[in-house]
Order: sequence, then C-alpha cells, then structure tokens
Amino acid sequence: MEFSWMIGGEAGFGIMASGLTMSKAFARGGLHVFDTVEYPSLIRGGHNSYQVRVSDREVFSHTGYIDLLVALNKETVHLHKDEMAPTGCIVFNGKEDPEDRFDVHADICLFPIPLSEIVQNLGVKSIMQNTAALGATFGLIGYDLTILEELLTEIFQRKGEKIIQSNIKVARAGYDFVMENHPGGTGIIIKPTDNHRRLVINGNEAVGLGALSAGLRFYSAYPMTPASGLLHFLAAEEQNHNLVVKHTEDELAAILMAIGASHAGVRAMTASSGGGFALMTEALGMAAMTETPLVVMVAQRPGPSTGLATRSEQGDLRFVMHASQGDFLRVVMAPGDVSECYWAAGRAFNLAEKYQIPVLIITDKYLTESHKTVEPFEPVTVDRGLLLNLEEMDAVSNYKRYELTESGISPRVMPGHPNIIFDANSNEHNEYGHDLDNPDNRTIMMDKRMNKIESIVKELEEPVIYGPPGADVTLVGWGSTKGPILEAMLLMTENNISVNFLQIIFIHPFPAEKVSDILKSSKFTIGVENNKEAQLGGVIRERTGIELNKKILKYNGRPFTPEEIANRVMEVMIHG
Amino acid sequence: MAELADFRTPIKPVWCPGCGNFGILAALRGGLADSGLEPHQFMIVSGIGCHGAVIQYINVNGFHSIHGRTLPVATGIRLANHELKVIAISGDGDGYGIGMGHFIHAMRRNLDITYIVHNNKMYSLTTGQTSPTSDKGFSTKSTPFGSIEIAVNPLTLALSSGASFIARGFAGDPPHLRKLITEAITHKGFSLIDVLQPCVTFNKVNTNDFYKERVYKLEDEGYEPVDKAAAYERAVEWNSRVPIGVIYKEDRPTYEDEVVTIQDMPLVKRPVEGVDITRTMEQFM
Ligand SMILES: Cc1ncc(C[n+]2csc(CCOP(=O)(O)OP(=O)(O)O)c2C)c(N)n1
Repeated sequence: MEFSWMIGGEAGFGIMASGLTMSKAFARGGLHVFDTVEYPSLIRGGHNSYQVRVSDREVFSHTGYIDLLVALNKETVHLHKDEMAPTGCIVFNGKEDPEDRFDVHADICLFPIPLSEIVQNLGVKSIMQNTAALGATFGLIGYDLTILEELLTEIFQRKGEKIIQSNIKVARAGYDFVMENHPGGTGIIIKPTDNHRRLVINGNEAVGLGALSAGLRFYSAYPMTPASGLLHFLAAEEQNHNLVVKHTEDELAAILMAIGASHAGVRAMTASSGGGFALMTEALGMAAMTETPLVVMVAQRPGPSTGLATRSEQGDLRFVMHASQGDFLRVVMAPGDVSECYWAAGRAFNLAEKYQIPVLIITDKYLTESHKTVEPFEPVTVDRGLLLNLEEMDAVSNYKRYELTESGISPRVMPGHPNIIFDANSNEHNEYGHDLDNPDNRTIMMDKRMNKIESIVKELEEPVIYGPPGADVTLVGWGSTKGPILEAMLLMTENNISVNFLQIIFIHPFPAEKVSDILKSSKFTIGVENNKEAQLGGVIRERTGIELNKKILKYNGRPFTPEEIANRVMEVMIHG
Repeated sequence: MAELADFRTPIKPVWCPGCGNFGILAALRGGLADSGLEPHQFMIVSGIGCHGAVIQYINVNGFHSIHGRTLPVATGIRLANHELKVIAISGDGDGYGIGMGHFIHAMRRNLDITYIVHNNKMYSLTTGQTSPTSDKGFSTKSTPFGSIEIAVNPLTLALSSGASFIARGFAGDPPHLRKLITEAITHKGFSLIDVLQPCVTFNKVNTNDFYKERVYKLEDEGYEPVDKAAAYERAVEWNSRVPIGVIYKEDRPTYEDEVVTIQDMPLVKRPVEGVDITRTMEQFM
C-alpha cells in the first residue's frame, strides 16, 4: 500500500498543522510516513503545500505524484494538477460546478465539498475549514475517524474543552458529508496495521533530541529559516531539561556565547543557515585557535545572499568546509535522514570535546523541516575526552592549557578550580596560552592542532554503500538526497537497472581511501547533488583524483523527487 | 584571603613606555584584590587592541578573544557558570566600534558582568586611526582632514541602554580607578567603567596633561549617582571640566536572577551523562 496526500492553500489557512496532523494520524495506525512542506517567505498569502506520503513499508522521501489533493483554494488545483497520479482525486471547496473541471485530466475524480458552508452552518470560524477537510479525507480513504478525534483532543488540550469539541464537530461534519454524498470515496482504503508507535519527527527536532541526550546545556541562536525550528524546539524544552536557550542579538553573539559557555565547561551549540553562518565564520576560527569544543549546525537554503529563504539546496558544502581564515581542523558531517540527524548530534558533541575542535553538522531545509516516522531513539553515549574531573584537577600542578602531547590533544579543565588558573588565547600562543609569535613556536602549535587529524580519521565511521555490490550504476551523494535516492533505487530496480548508492556522511576529513576503493571498483558513477556545481563531486576529485562519470544536479530550490532521479539516471544510461 | 601579590604574574607588559594601560593594570590588580575574592574565582575576557594581552599580566583565568567580541564570550561564560566573577575588557575601537551592538544588548540584559573599556579615543594597535570616541575634527591617518562624525558618548549610551552601574575612570589616577573597579565588581548587574586612557604614541590631543587639567571627582562635589536626569547632565560634560567617578547606579534584577534554569545551580554542575529524553520523545508520537 502506498498513498500520497497533499493539502494546499494560502499561508494562514492552517496547512502546516493539518499536514502534521495527517502524518501523525497515519503513524498512529502503525503506518510509515514521510512528509514535506513547501511555502514561500510570506506570512499571509502565497501558496503553501504539505505532502504526506504513507505506506506500510518504511518511506524515505516525498514523491512526485499526488493521489489525493485537498485544495483549499482554486490556485492549489492549478499549481498541482500536473503532479496528480493518473487516477488521483481532488477535494475542493465548493459545490457541483467545478467550472471547466479546472482543466484537469478526465481520469482525475473531483470531490466538491462545501467546506466554507460546513463551518458556517456550525457557526465556527472559517479558519477551521482545514479541519473539515481532514474529516473529509478520513471519509474518502475509509480511515478510522477516532484517530483524528484523539489527535484533535491532544492538539487543543491547552485551549480547553470547548475548542476541542468544536474541532471534533467540524471534522465529523466533513466526514459525514463525504459519507452521504461520496459514499464510494476514492476507492482507496487505508487501514491501520497495528498500534505500534513511532516518532513523527523532522531533522531539526532530531538534532535537538540528539543534543539533549548528549547533555546539551547551552543553546544560543538567532532565528533564520530553516534552522529556526531547532531554536523553537529547544526553547520549549529549556525548563524540562535545565538548559539555557538564548535568542541573541545576532549570529556573531550566538556562536560567541556558545564558545564562552563551552569554555566554561558545558556542552554548547549554535545553528543557523548560510547567511547567519557567514557571520559566524570569524568566531569559528576563534574556537579552533582557542581549542574550544563547539557544535554548529548549518541548515542550508539556496543562496547566495538571502536567496530563497524557504527552499532547499546543498550549496554550502564548500563554504562550511573552508569557512574562516587560516588552516585549522574541523569535522564536517552531513546526516541524510532524521535518524542520522539524531546520531550526528550526539556524535558531534563527543568529537568536539574529544578533539577540542569545531564540529559542523550540515543539513538543509528539506531535511530539517520534513517529518519521517522512526523508532524512538536510543540514548547517546557521552564521551567528554580529556576533560579533567574534580579529583584530577585537585592533583594538577603547573597546568598548561595547550600542553604539547603526541596526539595534539591537551587535557582540558573547567575554569574556577583553586588549583588551576589558566589562559585561553585566540592569538598564537605557547603551552600556557600566552602570546608567542616566534617561528618555531608557530610551527609547533600548528602541528599540535593539526596532528589530531590522525586519531580522528581512525575513529570516524566509514561511508556506507546501499544496494548490491558490483551494481551497474553507483550513485554518489550526501545529506538529504539520501531519501530520494533510496526511493529512486526501488523504482530503478523495478525497471531492471542494477544500482547502488554511496553515501558520504563525514565529508571532512574526507575518507579518501575508502571512497577511492569503492569508486575504482564501480562500473559507472553518477553524482547526485542539490546544487549547481557538484560540490561533493569536486571534493571527491580533489581528494581521490577520481572524476565521477556523470552528474545529476538540481538547483531550482526544490528537492529531488525519486521519480526525477530514476528518470534522469535512465536517461543517462540510454543517452550517455 | 588573597593579596595584591597573588594577582601578579611574572610576565612583562609589552606596552609603550608611559602608556595609560600601566595605570589601568595596576588599578585592576588592586581592584580585584580589594574585592575579597580569590584569583581562581575570576575570569577575564579581553579583546584585540593594545589592552588585549592584559590577561597575561594578571593571575586570574583569562580568555583573549577577538576584536569587538568580548561581551558575548563573557556572557556565555557567565551563563554557564555564574559562580565565576566575569570581567570583560575592551578598547574603545574594540568595544564601541566593532563591538557596539553587543555592548548595547549586554546592558539591556544587565548580566552581572564588569566591563572595563580602555578609551584612548584612538585605534592604537593598528597605528593610529580615528575611533568612535574621537572628537569631531580629530585628524588621524584614516581621517587626514579631520573626522566628520561626532563622538559616541559611552556614558549617555549606557544610561539609555540599561547598564545598572556606570562610571568613568582615569588611567592617570590608579587609586581612584582601583576603588571604582572594586565597586563595579561588587555591584550586582552590568557595570561599565569607561577609562580615559592617554595614548602617548598616537594621541597628541587627549594627553595626560589634557586630562589632569580637566578631570574632577564627582564624589568630591557630593554628587549622588542615583538620578538618571542628573547623571545625563554629568555624562555630557566635556569641556574645561570632565567628571570621573560613579555617574549612575541602580539596583535591578540581573539577567541571571531571571533565568529559571540556573537558580538551583550553575549549568556546569549539572550532569552531562544519563539525560532521559523518553518523555520528550512522546510529543512526537
Ligand atoms: C575583525 C578585526 N578587524 C580589525 C582588526 C584589526 N585591529 C586590531 S586592534 C584594532 C583597533 C584597536 O583599537 P582600540 O580597541 O581602540 O584599542 P587600542 O589599540 O587603541 O588600545 C583593530 C582595528 C582585527 N584584529 N579584527
């Protein structure tokens, strides 16, 4: 069973809330869900859409087709009619006369449902049309209405019994209307499979949960789409988990406060999108020079500059890898789905503290704002590296913050211990953290900081291959394209194309040897990236000397659909 | 109890002979010693400029940060561990130029941080350019025909931005500055001390003699730093008389007082391991 539902309308119509409710409703029936949302950078007006894809198997991305479109306005039909599945259905607000059938294909069935009348008759606000549409959807696919009633009760719990009841009434009215007037429904019946509960979670929330489990205590940020969701999630959890969450005056302050907090001894993090990260680059270098652990998430959106504020792209890989002046060590990791987001956050804190370096988690709008069903997460295992505990601090004499060691890692302490007074320094310094600009010291200290790379490379997880080894085609990608690629592989396999997928999560330091081995034994390699310049392709060439055979790129601000990838691969296979 | 000598380090300052920074350093060591706290309880965050190396000359914890960014670093440290006495030190270019935004927001917050600005009305480390506190008409390498902008007044700015302790000191009078520093450290809330600091190398106008002729102590005139309107009057006084001392002081809750999650203990004391997110995950089901 596979089904793709979409609701669309003007911003302010409650599209986001309806979509998420639908996702949760399916998840509560034991089904798997992936949802994604598209919206312009406007608060009112402009077109919003929310697609929920549901299946009885795990799903990894949205799709390029819609089975049931709920159009809260006419524009929605016009904008999405070309995405309709051949026998898809459209629910629209109105009576029997869909003037010229909106010009949609004859095989598409239309369900007029007088949403505005329904809410009017019940004497509730017109904003509640979306709830009526949800009720109607349940009717059209024969899904259990009590699940929706249960969800509405939870969602409106804080607003009181009256609001709960009027929402339930509206939902039922939508449902009843369908039962009376369109009793055959869409012909598609979706049944709950069991009541196994999974999380319905997006990338921002998964990063946040991972950070919490890793012992995050300090989060400072300045709002910027699509990273804001992380700020909102953590701010709401501030008191539940005893954190300080600070909305700062700008991104400079956000990263600097996180560095200060980390220096004081807590696990601290910040996040932004490219524009905000541009402001953070100065302090990123300071974290490196002072050897202060730091975790930064960079949620990409299309640039340059403010670009497309609410759309998705993978255009900042090179920027994140090279941001800030000077040579210094950092880890850049690109999780590809929500589970990896959770894991990446935990991993990032451990790496940052063990190696006393900045660790960057690179995500994007598609990953941070799309929800997927996953099993509840296992707790993160905390490793603080060479952070001395109280007894160890008691025993220290003549502490050197930047003590030279074989690994390049110096023991770290929390300032405030009577035994230990020390300096951290953003200028080049000696072992005590005091200014020293002589040439020998400079060489020694650069080597000290950079030498850590050897131990890091040893402990980083290697890239993963999905699909059969020795396939005819190897797709190569990073970050959020993972989902669409995995789904595209299924489509291609159905078409008898043998394909596998090399996903690179740790992009810096680059796992050159492993990638090189894989690519050398691949028959035909295709890079799949959501950017104009194939940035990962460039990194691969730089680090391995291997040029991928072909590249499939998309940079219109929208993520790939699986169908798109499959078609373009097949085109490449036929036409070269 | 710690003594003055405990705050010394063997490192020799690199400043020009006769630099106002020496006076500030002496006053700072004294002020810290007089506050009754031990060296390990302090954390000094410095910026970039001639003052920046100051952390090496004082035996307390130090963080030499970057140009204009002392206050956010200090804020992060303070919020993570409010048992540390946090002092941020800047220059006028550092604090009122590149760091102006942070300065204003730090004052709104009223965190318990002492902020000492070495104000030589110049950029000196970069060899003599005009600064935000240079007077209109001031001519330097970057303004050879005289600066066109009027000067920033840190004191009036602080009055309107919510600093709860505002003072001006003079590098040429270390004993007086020492008292101001102790008072600022003891004050609960954001304390600004703008320090008039002659730059013997580049500033040929605001010299030691220039200030010696003009500065007078507010307390000598029975001035009480409690009334904002009166404080504004003194804050704009810059003619044949230039006031030093505490211009304004008020008691209001600090930012730390109002952050619920640090009431019981500082963040650094909370366990990192074993955080349970089971209940948090329920909201996603
Ligand atoms: C981001 C950045 N911009 C510029 C500089 C160069 N710089 C170093 S010190 C300084 C000016 C310092 O002036 P001030 O704060 O008044 O201190 P002073 O040297 O006069 O004591 C500048 C512009 C820098 N280090 N970083």
